[in-house]
Amino acid sequence: MAAASLSAPADASDRPEIVLRGIEQRYRTQSGEVQALTGVDLTIARREFLVLLGPSGCGKTTLLRILAGLLRPTEGEVIVADQALWLGDRRNDSALRELGVVFQDANLFPWMTIEDNIALPLKLRGQGKAARRARAAELCALVGIAGFEKRWPRELSGGMRQRAAIARALSCDPQILLMDEPFGALDAMTRDQMNIELQRIWMTSGCTVVLVTHSISEAVFLADRILLLSPRPGRMDTLIDVGIERPRDLYVQNSPGFQDHVQRLRRRLDSFT
Amino acid sequence: MSTTSDRPARAGAPFSLRLPYWMLTVALIAALVVVWDLYVRLFEVSPLILPPPAEVGAALIDLLGEQKTYMHIATTLIETLVGFAIAVVVGVGLGVLLGKLPWLDAMLNPLIVGLQVMPKIALVPLFIVWFGFGISSKIVMAAVLSFFPIMTNTILGIKSIERGHRDVMLSLNASRGATFRDLDLPSALPFILTGMEVGIVLAIIGAIVGEYLGGSEGLGYMAVAALNAFDVRSMFAVILLLTVLGFALYFAVALLRRRLTPWHGSAARGDTP
Repeated sequence: MAAASLSAPADASDRPEIVLRGIEQRYRTQSGEVQALTGVDLTIARREFLVLLGPSGCGKTTLLRILAGLLRPTEGEVIVADQALWLGDRRNDSALRELGVVFQDANLFPWMTIEDNIALPLKLRGQGKAARRARAAELCALVGIAGFEKRWPRELSGGMRQRAAIARALSCDPQILLMDEPFGALDAMTRDQMNIELQRIWMTSGCTVVLVTHSISEAVFLADRILLLSPRPGRMDTLIDVGIERPRDLYVQNSPGFQDHVQRLRRRLDSFT
Repeated sequence: MSTTSDRPARAGAPFSLRLPYWMLTVALIAALVVVWDLYVRLFEVSPLILPPPAEVGAALIDLLGEQKTYMHIATTLIETLVGFAIAVVVGVGLGVLLGKLPWLDAMLNPLIVGLQVMPKIALVPLFIVWFGFGISSKIVMAAVLSFFPIMTNTILGIKSIERGHRDVMLSLNASRGATFRDLDLPSALPFILTGMEVGIVLAIIGAIVGEYLGGSEGLGYMAVAALNAFDVRSMFAVILLLTVLGFALYFAVALLRRRLTPWHGSAARGDTP
């Protein structure tokens, strides 16, 4: 199956937010060179919710780390909010400021209160204590953990910690939120709830989201578009416009349109093995 | 049986004693004193070999009535604390450097291991030749002995920083200084404080061994002087004083750990290793 149309998706607005051109990623290991990603060309529109889906080892996390500037692609170009992410060997700070990253583990610093964790990006950008506290309170309310500002991370449940991690990623008002299997470590019920919450947060904040998952239903539930990656080396396999009305609730999962997408993706994923 | 809880067992204590552990400790010490007393009486042990506890107690009260005792205590305390302070500054500084620079660590590692296995007590006569019979040679000895556990724990702490935490700082494009302040140091702090707990005890030992072997000040000198005068009771009293001093310093560091890392499990549970 060839990669589907790369033109603007259903929910697109004025201009592209992220452009990937000719991305190749190779690793050198003891047993030789490994091609992790090849031929990734992708344009993501402003305010779009794009999900990267694929079996484990297909390079979806690698692609997200490239988008986050944590990994420099062997070849190719990354443009974020009209700016190149890499200027030679150096990362472009003004492009990085447009990004907020959420990892699979919340990665909160245990020696900081929830409030200080959320406001860490603001601290690093030299904002004063009062402003940081006000912003942290605002974000705690947005992600639904108001009242937990002064707690230690270990006092919160996994789902609440991940909410705090999302709040931290949003604290500098980034244009783009990058999420690497953010709910992978949560139980199924918490995960459903977090997906609903994420949709709400995304619609409120108006940012562009790129989310990595290996759950088909999570992908169809959240995405405007789904990019399915094929494994070893990871390449763009299928690009799907989901086109289900928003806001979506959990019952949408029973609708025929939802099930069609799930089955199509399931068949395609099964064909890889 | 392996116990995972360090809480005072209110229910289910040994022999179903519903007593806090500190009471059991006090009872145990009292029992040991009684056994000591009985042994000395029953076997008619010469007071030159082991004086009865009551006589040691009397000697201790005598010592505490003398002005010069406090001067000796102050001397030992100053030697220990100054040596320890030097060890903390140098040990943490060098530990951070070696933890951050793997090539430097690899280069210096054989040297460090060599210095660590060297019996440093054997250096005391040399230090006395180099630094004289005054307090300098004892400070050097205290610093040398307590330096290694502090440095090795700092290296371990810096190397144990979670990769996910590093990714957070990296994705926020944090400067080296900010990364040190907000990640490296607080993350390594529990390790550093553990090194300091070991280090303070070694610092006292260093100071006292220095006093034993040369000089005319400090509790170590007092013990040797008492022994030379066949005043075994006073020697035992001095050893008791040294034990109390060691306890006080150790608990000061343990308290510091609880103050500085309230977020850490070891502090929250209130246990001391």
